[in-house]
Amino acid sequence: MRIVARRLGLYLLTAWVAVTANFILPRLMPGNPVQTLIGKITSQVTPAEIRAIRLSFGLGFKEGLVAQYFTYLGQLFHGNLGVSITLGAPVSSILRESVPWTIGLIGISTVVSFVVGTVAGAMLGWTRGSRFDSLIPTATFFQAVPYFFLGTVMLLVFGSNLHWFPVLGAYSQGATPGWNWSFVASVIRYGELPVISIILSSVAGWMLGMRNMMITMVGEDFVLMAVAKGLPRRKVIMHAARNAVLPSIANLSLAIGLVVSGALLVELVFNYPGVGDLLLQAVLNEDYPLIQGIFLVITLTVLAANLIADVVYLVLDPRTRSEAAV
Amino acid sequence: MRGLALPRSPKVILGLGILGFFIVMTVIGPWLAPYDPSSTAFTALLTPSSHHWLGTTSLGQDIFSQLLVGARATMVVALVAGLVATLLSMIIGISAGYLGGVPDDGLTLLSNVFLAIPGVPLLIVIDSYLPVNSRSNEFVIGLIISLTGWAWGARVLRAQTMSLRNRDFVEAARIIGESRRRIMFSEIAPNLLPVLASSLLFTVLYSIGAYVTLAYIGLTSTATWNWGTMLYWAQANNAPLSNEWYWFVPPGICIALVGTGLALVNFGIDEFINPRLRAAGLTARQRRQLHLPRRARLGLTPVLSATPAPRPRPTNAVAK
Repeated sequence: MRIVARRLGLYLLTAWVAVTANFILPRLMPGNPVQTLIGKITSQVTPAEIRAIRLSFGLGFKEGLVAQYFTYLGQLFHGNLGVSITLGAPVSSILRESVPWTIGLIGISTVVSFVVGTVAGAMLGWTRGSRFDSLIPTATFFQAVPYFFLGTVMLLVFGSNLHWFPVLGAYSQGATPGWNWSFVASVIRYGELPVISIILSSVAGWMLGMRNMMITMVGEDFVLMAVAKGLPRRKVIMHAARNAVLPSIANLSLAIGLVVSGALLVELVFNYPGVGDLLLQAVLNEDYPLIQGIFLVITLTVLAANLIADVVYLVLDPRTRSEAAV
Repeated sequence: MRGLALPRSPKVILGLGILGFFIVMTVIGPWLAPYDPSSTAFTALLTPSSHHWLGTTSLGQDIFSQLLVGARATMVVALVAGLVATLLSMIIGISAGYLGGVPDDGLTLLSNVFLAIPGVPLLIVIDSYLPVNSRSNEFVIGLIISLTGWAWGARVLRAQTMSLRNRDFVEAARIIGESRRRIMFSEIAPNLLPVLASSLLFTVLYSIGAYVTLAYIGLTSTATWNWGTMLYWAQANNAPLSNEWYWFVPPGICIALVGTGLALVNFGIDEFINPRLRAAGLTARQRRQLHLPRRARLGLTPVLSATPAPRPRPTNAVAK
């Protein structure tokens, strides 16, 4: 458990760095950030909301950078991320509406893509040198295509030309949001194309990594031993794959950040009402409180996902467990 | 040191060919461009023809010219970011691995923090605070991207340095009184060349993706041309839904091809580092020439000293 505690410490430190970057960056801008922001506000804003903006930047009653920093931290702790300039609503309540869409979309596609890629990579590594190896250049190409570009092409081909999938948005206009069957069905229907495009963009990475590890693993003595004592093929593959998958899981923490970064843009392409789409609007309108709030939420979610990946790794690799016991 | 003799497999040759093509395009592209990419003198939304190879945008700009001119900014940013990030990861990774102790703990913590923060969202926050004239400066953007892209390389280099730290040649250098800096960057670093090269390729790949992403959401100057801004304008004018494929497909394909080229060359480096992967990439004919069994056998992955040059060698090319 010491390892989990250490990783948790690292993620807490990382979260603190992200939070502090959010505090420092606006102060590197020329001029007073809050005045600039309030000057830009287009919608109706009450004095209470202006106060919330000031507080979220740490500009309360006390001056002095240290005092400001602690005001800022305190506000953050109470969930005050400021007020969106263009939407005129608190950032935290805007995020509460869009975060579930993103977690659903990116979570499902990342898990499916990891599982499919790992299984396919294990098979490719096992049957190395066979005609399936010709899959590799294709997979490499898909790995290099930006997520949003693949999404765009799929939208054009399967959405607006072949009409196989509905385009734009997360559910049909006719459905009323809520836990009714027609709404859930339309969410699934509208989610298919974005999910498929994220899977297609990210699966190759898992596949190639797993293949390389599997090839190295297949040369190990324990695999030869397993074959020599006559274990069925399926069992031998499982033995090798279980060892080969460990680096993939250990690398999950790096990969999750990259996959999330890529997948956020897929939301833009499909007008999916998640955090990515919101981020584009925020960037276009220079809505700094919203940009910063989104950055914080993404970072914290990615860190939580990393922690889950670490725990899974601990469960799968007995060596790290015994190390922790020592 | 043997130098970086890449295995001459078809994958590597194809990769080098693709990269070479785009490097030439970067250098001479802007001179080859038939028109001014910003000129709006033509009819809007022409489909590809002999006058406009890739048609025109909704503002009547020549897309082929934009593609040629845009190559330069895209590649310059990727190269600047890749080089700076690799330099950073070399300094940080080798120092951490060689010095050990407290410096190692500090530097490792630093790189772990940068690994855990999602890079592109951080870039978006930093970039959105940049003054507009810095956003169009390729070097500024490249430097910022390198800040978010060095940590992975540093981690790999640290691990490799630790495996070299106690080798005899390092001990020898220490005994004859070489300075620490000399040992780290003149003795150890050259031995890490394959790892450095691989990390350079990866950071260039990451940088292209990051730069195109920033440009695509409109965070670089939309007045200068790169492949990301082309996609930005195409998306902003709803080209994907109006079937104007000739507008957004070419830049996307170019990005993907550069990435494929980098990844293919990296396969060569992987095979250089891990000899088992060499045998896995052989064709049936090359296997016959090496007197290897035609199909890969369970539990047996031959470790080859070099890739397929036909050599009269008996079956004991199989080392394990």
